[in-house]
Amino acid sequence: MATLKAGARLKSAVCDTQVMVIAAPAGDVALTCGGAPLLDAAATPARGAVHPEHKNGTQIGKRYVNEDASLELLCTKPGEGSLAVGGTPLKLKEAKALPSSD
Amino acid sequence: MNLMMLLEMAAGGMGERTALVCEGERWTHAELLAGAGRAAAKIRALDVERVSVLDVSSPAVPLALFGSAWAGRPFVPLNYRLSGAELDALIERVAPVLLITDRERAALFQGREGVRVMLREELLDVARAPGASPPQDWSMEPEDVAIWLFTSGTTGVPKAALLRHRHLVSYILGSVEFMSADEADAALVSVPPYHVAGMAAVLSSVYAGRRIVQLPAFSPEAWLGLAERERITNAFVVPTMLARVIERLEAAGAKPPASLRALAYGGGKMPLPVIERVMRRMGHVDLTNAYGLTETSSTIAVLGPDDHREAAASDDPAVRRRLCSVGRPLPGVEVEIRDPEGKPLPPGARGEICVRGEQVSGEYLGRTSRIGPDGFFPTHDGGFLDEAGYLFLEGRIDDVIVRGGENLSPGEIEDVLLEHPAVADAAVVGVPDLEWGEGVAAAVVLKPGAAASADEIRGWVREHLRSSRVPQVVRFEAELPYNETGKLLRRKVREALTQTVPS
Repeated sequence: MATLKAGARLKSAVCDTQVMVIAAPAGDVALTCGGAPLLDAAATPARGAVHPEHKNGTQIGKRYVNEDASLELLCTKPGEGSLAVGGTPLKLKEAKALPSSD
Repeated sequence: MNLMMLLEMAAGGMGERTALVCEGERWTHAELLAGAGRAAAKIRALDVERVSVLDVSSPAVPLALFGSAWAGRPFVPLNYRLSGAELDALIERVAPVLLITDRERAALFQGREGVRVMLREELLDVARAPGASPPQDWSMEPEDVAIWLFTSGTTGVPKAALLRHRHLVSYILGSVEFMSADEADAALVSVPPYHVAGMAAVLSSVYAGRRIVQLPAFSPEAWLGLAERERITNAFVVPTMLARVIERLEAAGAKPPASLRALAYGGGKMPLPVIERVMRRMGHVDLTNAYGLTETSSTIAVLGPDDHREAAASDDPAVRRRLCSVGRPLPGVEVEIRDPEGKPLPPGARGEICVRGEQVSGEYLGRTSRIGPDGFFPTHDGGFLDEAGYLFLEGRIDDVIVRGGENLSPGEIEDVLLEHPAVADAAVVGVPDLEWGEGVAAAVVLKPGAAASADEIRGWVREHLRSSRVPQVVRFEAELPYNETGKLLRRKVREALTQTVPS
């Protein structure tokens, strides 16, 4: 478990996924990808296997949120594992299509 | 958070796509990323605190923007139309600085204290140098300042708006879907780099994966020619540019570029007659009116293509007038209209436009933030919201004319003047008046070959508005003073009209 700060970069211990924290609740967050705790981007992971129940994958450029949207992550590199907090999968944040304005 | 992340993702997800085209030169996202790294290494090796580009659009602009973000130095695009004392004052404020510029200006600033001069071509050589790109070690501190943008200073000394990485990243993530552009899409960027729309265009297009095609010097002929040659699908223009493009098409009896799908306009007031002409000549093109300020990291409200079509097709005057609105706020952006005491006003009531959201900076160098304790930024723009939440602009609140205790909005009177069949352009300002404190004065530009007397103009306003709005001074001019990004220089209009008032 770790406290999260907006702007922090994390990576999966078991797949290629990388994320950036956009918003985070105060206090400890048990954040996992592919079933294993997410690591600081600078860490060198001891590579394990993606847990079969956490294998829906992440997509680059998509944002993932928890139930009350207090936690929001941006996927900056895709991977096989899926993101979860305390075992509950994060949901894809729906993006409203906007006309290009610049 | 760091702007570099946007480019890193673009290079990771679509590295081989063309990111940038300028005068035949092409850069892919992967090349742009590597080039930004080499530019950053160079910036760090120099003893400078900021990086400025004093130049027209070129690949050096995105390279310097991203290179600065990587190196952890604010990027400060400067207005290349300035010269002399005005420019010297800005350079002094950004020093110690790496100044990237053209040959002529380089000679001018060579050897000046606190200024390290580099030619545009030198930066491109650095970025194109062989060898590996340095490690991706940019700071992720959201509070770091990414860009200083000097406001246009139409009212006084330019202020430097500070845009932090968190403001700009929030704006892009909130308004652009990653890799949402087709591989063939291309955006024509004709706004100068020192305009917030020029910065936003680079960031939005990189994140969407849309090829940026730079046009260093705007003319309607160059714009249309480049749009054809590069098969442009998207473009942003300021109102004066759009008016000139339409004039050109009408004069030539020509069709708009066949590839053009979406055209966004903003950065100034767009007169209804111009929008209607654009819709007639470019019926198939998706039109978007974007409203934003330097201090809000570009766009905060849009009138989208469907809004345009719905309004144009409607018989309901309340719906039809939305063509003159700037649409509704972006998701994540809240807009309130407030009275001078700061109390929120209901739909229909005129007041100051206040805005809240992650992309709103509201902060200037050396001044306390203008964001209030409740998070709202007072824009100094006047306006109102209609029942459906569409936002209408009425000019700067500082421009409001106070005549005998009554507040008059110049924009309301200008809209009426512009609907007169003989009027091509109009500006309304307050002038000193012994009896009323301030009086209404109008500068009017007639259409070529059209005629109207001052009394006829006054009569037209009287027919449409209350008598207090009728201009006591009507002066005919050959043209109105605009700056190069289409902002009316109201101060100059006021000076000219004040002189015509007998005192």
